[in-house]
Amino acid sequence: MNLLVGLGAWTLDQLRGWGHAALFFAEMLRAVPASLRRFSLVVAQIYAIGNRSLVIIMASGLAVGFVLALQMYYALSIYGAAESLGLIVNLSLVRELGPVVSALLFAGRAGTSLTAEIGLMKAGEQISAMELMAVDPKARVLAPRLIGGIVALPLLAALFSAVGIMGAWVVAVKLIGVDAGNFWSIMQTQVDVWRDVGNGMIKAFVFGVICTVVALYQGYETQATPEGVAYATTRTVVISSLWILGMDFILTALMFSTP
Amino acid sequence: METTLPFIEFDHVSFGYDPSRLILEDISLKFPRGKVTAILGGSGCGKTTLLRLIGGVHAANKGRVMFDGELINTRNKSQLFKMRSRLGMLFQFGALFTDLSVFENVAFPLREHTKLPQAMVRDIVLMKLNAVGLRGAADLRISEVSGGMARRVALARAIALDPELIMYDEPFAGLDLISMGVAAKLIRTLNDVTGATSLVVSHDVRECMSISDHVVLLANQGRIVAQGTPDELMNSTDPETRQFVRGEPDGPVKFHYPAPELAADFGLKA
Repeated sequence: MNLLVGLGAWTLDQLRGWGHAALFFAEMLRAVPASLRRFSLVVAQIYAIGNRSLVIIMASGLAVGFVLALQMYYALSIYGAAESLGLIVNLSLVRELGPVVSALLFAGRAGTSLTAEIGLMKAGEQISAMELMAVDPKARVLAPRLIGGIVALPLLAALFSAVGIMGAWVVAVKLIGVDAGNFWSIMQTQVDVWRDVGNGMIKAFVFGVICTVVALYQGYETQATPEGVAYATTRTVVISSLWILGMDFILTALMFSTP
Repeated sequence: METTLPFIEFDHVSFGYDPSRLILEDISLKFPRGKVTAILGGSGCGKTTLLRLIGGVHAANKGRVMFDGELINTRNKSQLFKMRSRLGMLFQFGALFTDLSVFENVAFPLREHTKLPQAMVRDIVLMKLNAVGLRGAADLRISEVSGGMARRVALARAIALDPELIMYDEPFAGLDLISMGVAAKLIRTLNDVTGATSLVVSHDVRECMSISDHVVLLANQGRIVAQGTPDELMNSTDPETRQFVRGEPDGPVKFHYPAPELAADFGLKA
């Protein structure tokens, strides 16, 4: 009986949490038009959030491109298909690795930063001060960051893929000696801008929404203590990562289930 | 509107963040218009919670909180924001926006709520900063100002829109004697010059008594121990009031948190 009661309480607790998060998201969306009227804040956030993640995204993209080219070359050359290297690298990056790895890095870099920033604003009573000055913190603080995150992540994912392809080119063409013309031309003929690049961008957009909403929610709802902020930043990474991986499977199944 | 009406009124208000553990229980209070009222009491007696209820940050579990004769309804956001635009609050640690300069912090409410031209915003901000003695610090970053200065910047921000009600949450906490004297003088002067209603939450008896027109002494669960003029409280014969205003460590308010007998805790008693 105790187990049943415990399970019921846990379920109610979870539902309450989900409801609360959904309301938070709805309120933030409602604040978007008001935040667009403060457009300079939105631009500042796109710059701040995107810029914060630039170095890690480019470094990771380059490293992934290097490794991908090496691994794929050895695998493909077994079957005499090394000329497909450019295509495999490109599709892997624009469809999967670009959006997913960028989003995971984004959650760890910009997401935690957003959570800590909002959490510390709350701990320092800046959010309460804003409310008491009749300024809606959702419109003034959260919505510009939401837009910033949603705009920045697809750009970062595109950059990740571009740098990754350049990295793969360096390894494949310059180091291994794969034919450069073949490396590029197979991409031009086989990669579809809507089906491959477009769907990759849609994924990055969805992940941008997930990462930013999770980060802002965790920051806004954190307990205003050092432990609370530390716990919230950890939760941002864990929850965002699980959501990204889960949603990636669903989106991939929806987008690429037919050849 | 009759000016004799209290500006803020608590009518049988009960409140607890967890409704089973009330911080304020059935409290009824009136704060007179245009006066400086000090709300004194020990830590955790619900002083700051009173201010939060007035600001509509939380809703009372029971009873009504009235602002200038109007019920504060936390569910009606537009009414709440309209009411909040008539008040200014000084937070205990200033709550300044750390990403903005001193100037921009004071300009914040003006930029959010008015469409004044930049030149006028500048003049108003400098006037407010001048009133708190920090005109010269306008360009400093928040990380460059001391605790006492931060409190004064926050005060300049709180009065930027000339509010009808100014609430001060522990304005003297952590200040040196000079800063404390400056803060007390500012609160009194601002009230006299602007005619605003001021509520000062503090446990600094001496400073509060020196600047207040009316004093309310609270105990746990917001129980009102005494209220009246500073002189009435200072000369009170009530043991609890005397203990608080004289700062005696033991009396009706016990020094020790409730505990078993000392002998029993040390195993000296069977």
